[in-house]
Amino acid sequence: MIKTVKPGLLTTVQDEGRWGYQAYGMPVAGAMDRYAYRVANLLAGNRKGAPVLEMTMLGGAFEFQKKCLVSVCGADMQATLDGARVPNWSAFSVPAGGVLSFDYALAGCRTYLAVHGGIKVPLVLGSQSTYTRAQVGGMEGRPLKEGDLLYLGSDGRLGGVPRVLPEHFVPRYDQEIRLRVIMGPQDDMFTAEGIKTFLEGKYTVSNEADRMGYRLEGPKIKHADKADIISDALPEGAVQVPAHGMPIVMLADRQTTGGYAKIATVIGPDLSLLAQGRPGDIVCFCACTDKEALDVLRSEEQRYLDLQRIFEEEQFFTWMES
Amino acid sequence: MADRLPEVRMLSAGERGLVVEMGNLISPQVNARVQRLARRISQRNVEGVIEIVPTYRSLLVYFEPLSISRSDLAEAIWQMLASEADVETAEKVGVNVVHVPVCYGGEFGPDLDYVAQHNRLSVEEVITIHSSKPYLVYMLGFTPGFPYLGGMSDKIAAPRLEKPRAKIPQGSVGIAGTQTGLYPVESPGGWRLIGRTPLKPFLPGAANPFLFAAGDYLRFIPISPEEYHRIRREVETGAYRPDTHTVGVESVSDDKNR
Repeated sequence: MIKTVKPGLLTTVQDEGRWGYQAYGMPVAGAMDRYAYRVANLLAGNRKGAPVLEMTMLGGAFEFQKKCLVSVCGADMQATLDGARVPNWSAFSVPAGGVLSFDYALAGCRTYLAVHGGIKVPLVLGSQSTYTRAQVGGMEGRPLKEGDLLYLGSDGRLGGVPRVLPEHFVPRYDQEIRLRVIMGPQDDMFTAEGIKTFLEGKYTVSNEADRMGYRLEGPKIKHADKADIISDALPEGAVQVPAHGMPIVMLADRQTTGGYAKIATVIGPDLSLLAQGRPGDIVCFCACTDKEALDVLRSEEQRYLDLQRIFEEEQFFTWMES
Repeated sequence: MADRLPEVRMLSAGERGLVVEMGNLISPQVNARVQRLARRISQRNVEGVIEIVPTYRSLLVYFEPLSISRSDLAEAIWQMLASEADVETAEKVGVNVVHVPVCYGGEFGPDLDYVAQHNRLSVEEVITIHSSKPYLVYMLGFTPGFPYLGGMSDKIAAPRLEKPRAKIPQGSVGIAGTQTGLYPVESPGGWRLIGRTPLKPFLPGAANPFLFAAGDYLRFIPISPEEYHRIRREVETGAYRPDTHTVGVESVSDDKNR
């Protein structure tokens, strides 16, 4: 069991999301940065979709009742274990009674704390992810608060051992974020000039940037005629442009449907970078083809496979030597 | 290659999203085609399809692009569309009509008087018109279980509130322009509230968490405050089962709906 000593700014239980119910208006939710989330579970020796804690901007503090292997990935929130710094993007053991504390994020904004076995909360519509707007999933459908007790699951796959992630698997969180997009579904509702503005302009992340979506500010994107469509489904990464001409990128907690024209869709692997973006960061878009997007997706999958192989080999050698 | 239907467009929605657009208007016929295609794709169990989201006049198919290519998926869907006509005659499926009890006016419908005055009708006439026919659930969205309904008479249309309410109680039934709908969960909103249903259209813990699906019809049934409280108690204990009828599609369509 883990006790929440300090909850942090916005800490929620998240997994891969609640897929399968968008036809009923149920948003997907799930971890915003899927790369950091998935690596955190790999490091902790968990199965692929195990629930973890997602912290935002300012992390919390957690007291562990018994010895536990944990991992910390994503934004560097200057984690300390009983006062001593522990490296980000690593797995380590917390002793019984140990307190793991997080501060504000140095770069990026979301940090994942995975615990070997996963966080145990009820399964709601097939997922443990928290969707706060409808009070669904996670810890009573809300962010953690002081005193919350978290139980641990049995989602552990491998034993999991303390280790630091190899350097070349650690992403850099720059203040300038380049996102690849596939144009459409409604790019034909914009003028050629509007599309040029979108692809060449520099946009700034506004203060209205949360799990639902990131509102951006910058050069105005011109519609050919009107900005409204007959409401249709909102895919993850959809770039909506309302009549004011400023793009909004829709993320994990997005509503399932929307009524603004969507000029493009950010490719899945690049959403991890945006999820780490903070107000004031610069965002620019560049168009890619379906084939290019698939190449990026394949190399992302390959990275997980490589990591898994490295960890399994390490595990094997540790076992041989013992 | 299957024949291409001119009114259908296949659009990109990211590397794992395919939009099938069946037209650019809100109509029961277009929506019925959308629902039918959504049903067929899920029945086929197409390898690599993750989830289907039907809306007014299009559907979004999420797929796993490393399992099925966009072009193979599109071709499979074109084939389903090409054989649609045969299926339509063979399929003859009925539609679900869900009866939704509503207590109109009073504390539950603070704007009922306004809607009546606005349309120079009596309160009773508004209730009669509103509950006189089934409404098609074109799609669900906005909040979990929120139905976008079509087919309300413009005789009881009313503009939205100038200043939206911060909290609309769960179950509230309202009117906005020529649309009507109900709030499955408490949320902010600007609709004119004319009544409230004791039902909970979204129950996250239940085996069937959603009371209705896109393609169903809702029929509002006027009830008294006493009945409201009785049904509400049954809903709270899980004992209440709303009346649901499967009827032929011709019995819910009228010229106004078309």
